Amino acid sequence: MSEPLPTIVLIGHGMVGQRYLEALAERGATATHRITVLCEEPRPAYDRVHLTSYFSGSTAEDLSMTPAGFMEQHGIALHLDDPAEHIDRAARTVTSRSGRVFPYDVLVLATGSYPFVPPVPGKDAPGCFVYRTIEDLLAIEEYAKSRSSGAVVGGGLLGLEAAGALQGLGLATRVVEFAPRLMPVQVDEGGGAALLRTIESMGLTVHTGVGTQEVVIGEDGHVSGMRLSDGSTVDTDLVVFSAGVRPRDQLARDAGLDVGERGGIAVDARCLTSDPRVYAIGECALAVDGRVYGLVAPGYEMAETAADDLLGRAKEFTGADLSTKLKLLGVDVASFGDAHGTTPDSLDVVWSDSRSGVYKKLVVSPDGVLLGGVLVGDADSYGLLRPLTGSVPPVSPEQLVLPAGVGAPVALGPSALPDHAVICSCHNVTKKAIAACATLAEVKKCTKAGTGCGSCVKVIGQLLPAAADQGLCGCFPFTRAELYEIVRTRRLTSYQELLDGHGRPEARGGDGCEVCKPTVGSIIASLAPTLGASGYVLDGEQAALQDTNDHFLANMQRNGSYSVVPRIPGGEITPDKLIVIGEVARDFGLYTKITGGQRIDLFGASVDQLPRIWARLVDAGFESGHAYGKALRTVKSCVGQTWCRYGVQDSVRMAIDLELRYRGLRAPHKLKSAVSGCARECAEAQSKDFGVIATASGWNLYVGGNGGATPRHADLLAQDLSDAELVRLIDRFLMFYIRTADRLERTSTWLERLEGGLAHLRDVVVHDSLGLCAELEALMADHVAHYRDEWAETLQDPERLRRFVSFVNAPGAPDPTVKFVPERDQVKPDLAVLTIGGAVR
Amino acid sequence: MTVELQVAQGWLTVCELSALTPGRGVAALLPDGSQAAVFVDRAGRPYAIGNQDPFTGAHVLSRGLVGTAGGRPFVASPLLKQRFDLESGRCLDDEETAVRTYPVRTAATS
Ligand code: SRM
Ligand SMILES: Cc1cc2nc3c(=O)[nH]c(=O)nc-3n(C[C@H](O)[C@H](O)[C@H](O)COP(=O)(O)OP(=O)(O)OC[C@H]3O[C@@H](n4cnc5c(N)ncnc54)[C@H](O)[C@@H]3O)c2cc1C
Ligand code: SF4
Ligand code: FES
Repeated sequence: MSEPLPTIVLIGHGMVGQRYLEALAERGATATHRITVLCEEPRPAYDRVHLTSYFSGSTAEDLSMTPAGFMEQHGIALHLDDPAEHIDRAARTVTSRSGRVFPYDVLVLATGSYPFVPPVPGKDAPGCFVYRTIEDLLAIEEYAKSRSSGAVVGGGLLGLEAAGALQGLGLATRVVEFAPRLMPVQVDEGGGAALLRTIESMGLTVHTGVGTQEVVIGEDGHVSGMRLSDGSTVDTDLVVFSAGVRPRDQLARDAGLDVGERGGIAVDARCLTSDPRVYAIGECALAVDGRVYGLVAPGYEMAETAADDLLGRAKEFTGADLSTKLKLLGVDVASFGDAHGTTPDSLDVVWSDSRSGVYKKLVVSPDGVLLGGVLVGDADSYGLLRPLTGSVPPVSPEQLVLPAGVGAPVALGPSALPDHAVICSCHNVTKKAIAACATLAEVKKCTKAGTGCGSCVKVIGQLLPAAADQGLCGCFPFTRAELYEIVRTRRLTSYQELLDGHGRPEARGGDGCEVCKPTVGSIIASLAPTLGASGYVLDGEQAALQDTNDHFLANMQRNGSYSVVPRIPGGEITPDKLIVIGEVARDFGLYTKITGGQRIDLFGASVDQLPRIWARLVDAGFESGHAYGKALRTVKSCVGQTWCRYGVQDSVRMAIDLELRYRGLRAPHKLKSAVSGCARECAEAQSKDFGVIATASGWNLYVGGNGGATPRHADLLAQDLSDAELVRLIDRFLMFYIRTADRLERTSTWLERLEGGLAHLRDVVVHDSLGLCAELEALMADHVAHYRDEWAETLQDPERLRRFVSFVNAPGAPDPTVKFVPERDQVKPDLAVLTIGGAVR
Repeated sequence: MTVELQVAQGWLTVCELSALTPGRGVAALLPDGSQAAVFVDRAGRPYAIGNQDPFTGAHVLSRGLVGTAGGRPFVASPLLKQRFDLESGRCLDDEETAVRTYPVRTAATS
């Protein structure tokens, strides 16, 4: 008989608890110990740091920190939803809520902290929340559905994050902070002022220097407002308390372990409590330097320390850096090192520009060592400055705070960093360790760098050999989906503002490029009604963003002439309208062809003819067919039940309804659809972005189909839908695609790339797993309500018609290079006039 | 303010500066029957190059989108998207190819 293995009981399966388990596994200690974990929450450890991303589309699975199979592989017994209630140190047992008793040889407390709720009257009323767990978020989201305003008590890092989330849920949001500035712990007065401006410009209301005295309860027993210490009362439907956290040390107190005067389980440099068999790590612990660390990086270091100590290896935790970077999308705030300049004799170098909301301060010692700093409004350099802390930077501090384009250019790249510089402070990973990897995925796997707060990912990218830059183009470091979120949450309607505020430093102030301009133009157009912007794609600054085709509302052909495609919804057309098309084509001498999309294309129009052609078409009741736009093209139909002997539904009517509903909708790429009247599928619906096939009792909806270069059969999303259900589901599907797809990504490639694939898509749009559906439907309702025909609008306005001329200095002169020659009784471009140095390419 | 182009015959007034949309261009017909593409960037600076796209032969460069690459202004052809430096006329995507440029200035409207 072999000796029974020593038993470790871990209480708390949060971020630090999980890190401890991984540290044990990495050291082989899972094989030599029996390990039991008691977890209070209903799910295993998840990424609390990125909790807020749950509102912007991350799922509980995305946030999970426990690799699949980890527990099984290492023989760890995890008890979910069963918190420890009592520790008997004499008997060395832990009793859980369900009454089970777990003996231990080594006990590890990683119970984290709880949100502090100030003892104000009304704090427990329905409508009061805290912001700590996925369950908290679910409750807030549910409650917010039928409400319109919210308030956050506390303007610290977490409070601002919560406020951003409330705003994202559509609530008019205010923040109440007791201190005289926002984020008082991290930023100084100047930084607070810059931050205030930025936060207010996002549409949040901020009260500083006032306390919350009472939560006012309305007649229905729910929260209706707040009374503040300045005597004022504000209305709010919902209150989130984010007034700091307190260590969860009750269990330890009850067990007679030493705790600090102001809370926290006292530990020594080895992370041992006053009982040598009990460790405490993470946010519940009071470290030897007398601090309770409310950040994940120090907690991870404690986890490593406790794991090493268990194996008799010497590693000490004596304190950590409090660097932070606020992740609220669009607002850059960072502080690191001695941000408040408390080191004796320290000096400040400050750049402050209240016009653009940028404030940067570096704290340096008299001999030039960088001690710390505060960055507000532009924290791009955070990833580089933090690792330089404690050393003399290679360039002067003035150069480090001046914005790009002012003063001498600074070539301070990651190459300037010494090998031992810590790039990822969450996981204590040096530049040298990162440089040994080839890809970001490898870095994350081998060193864990980048898997904590994520603020180091950018610099990691720059250190990797073939920097796999996800950015849209040379102007923006963001993907299309990220830009969409920035435009949406910051309510931007100006490309220049987006470029200057969020572009790569070297692109700010410039003219952008041909990739991002149309992409941003399309994002603004998709969101126009919601942003309160003009939906007309050629208004104001928008005019400069559109691709040539959108700019002239027609498709440019190889000789510089244009094609004209009127919308023919569902492919149904009256003889009278057919005649008008014929007459227009004849009168302007246009080559005429039936397209593959059940409509008619008229080719060979010159720029100056376009308005005259469209005047006739609009007069006859035609609208733009958006053949030029990344927008809905056609909804093809088969003839269906009305005529066809097999048809079971009116496919033509449905195709027309759908085409009219989604016409003009700007998207990452073009959208095509079709409706077939029965399973024989004459409309080829399964090759469309969204295809509909009639059934005896309704409609089947297929999504993600594609013809073209890489054909893909569409997937069945839902069956036997009523008309209303079908439309609602398509609304959600299209808006979710528009929100998350990349530039020029058809629904087929998007669906292939979507993590979790069809099942995830179904969860989101059918089962509303992200709680997004109401918002998606509202966006579509906005689109439908605000649709106007672009050509009709253009014709009404002489200003808009001004661009349709051949030459700015000779508007009447036809372009002599747009010429045609006859072919098969029609015309074709005359390429002979396009010779380049005598040759046609 | 008017925009003027230098051609063989001297300075040719093309249009009012206000007729140009920053980031876009217009075509101008020159006395010898050739065409120029005239642009103004975001900062209000005018540029002029030949209007013919050397890759397709079509006279369409004036209808491309203006951008900045490496701090220099360019236009992307609307047909096959090759980019041309607005100051030098050089094609950024093909060293062998270039379009001509024209001296351009703004002048107070008399
Ligand atoms: C006119 C038409 C061909 C025809 O004479 O029949 C046509 C013409 C063009 N197609 Fe198409 N496609 C036409 C039907 C199709 C179809 C068939 C259909 O819609 O049922 C397909 C395959 C189905 C699909 O899209 O999944 C098709 C797949 C493409 C693709 C490849 C898309 C893909 O995802 O692989 C492109 C390239 C692109 O969009 O990037 C393309 C691009 C083009 C462009 C826009 C190329 C361009 O940028 O100049 C052509 C310009 C049209 C113009 O100037 O008016 N066209 N094209 C058809 C117009 C349909 C309409 O009424 O709107
Ligand atoms: C919205 C938000 C944003 C944040 N952003 C950042 C950031 O940007 N950077 C940063 O460094 N930090 C950030 N933090 C803080 C970070 O999440 C914490 O520092 C980290 O989670 C601490 O890990 P922990 O394991 O000590 O505690 P936790 O992650 O809180 O885990 C403790 C776990 O123990 C459980 N538990 C408690 N008592 C018992 C019991 N008796 N029995 C069983 N289980 C029990 C709890 O339910 C919990 O699941 C953020 C926190 C929040 C809420
Ligand atoms: S799909 Fe069915 S209903 Fe439609 S035309 Fe073909 S056979 Fe008829
Ligand atoms: S610094 Fe937080 S993940 Fe690297």
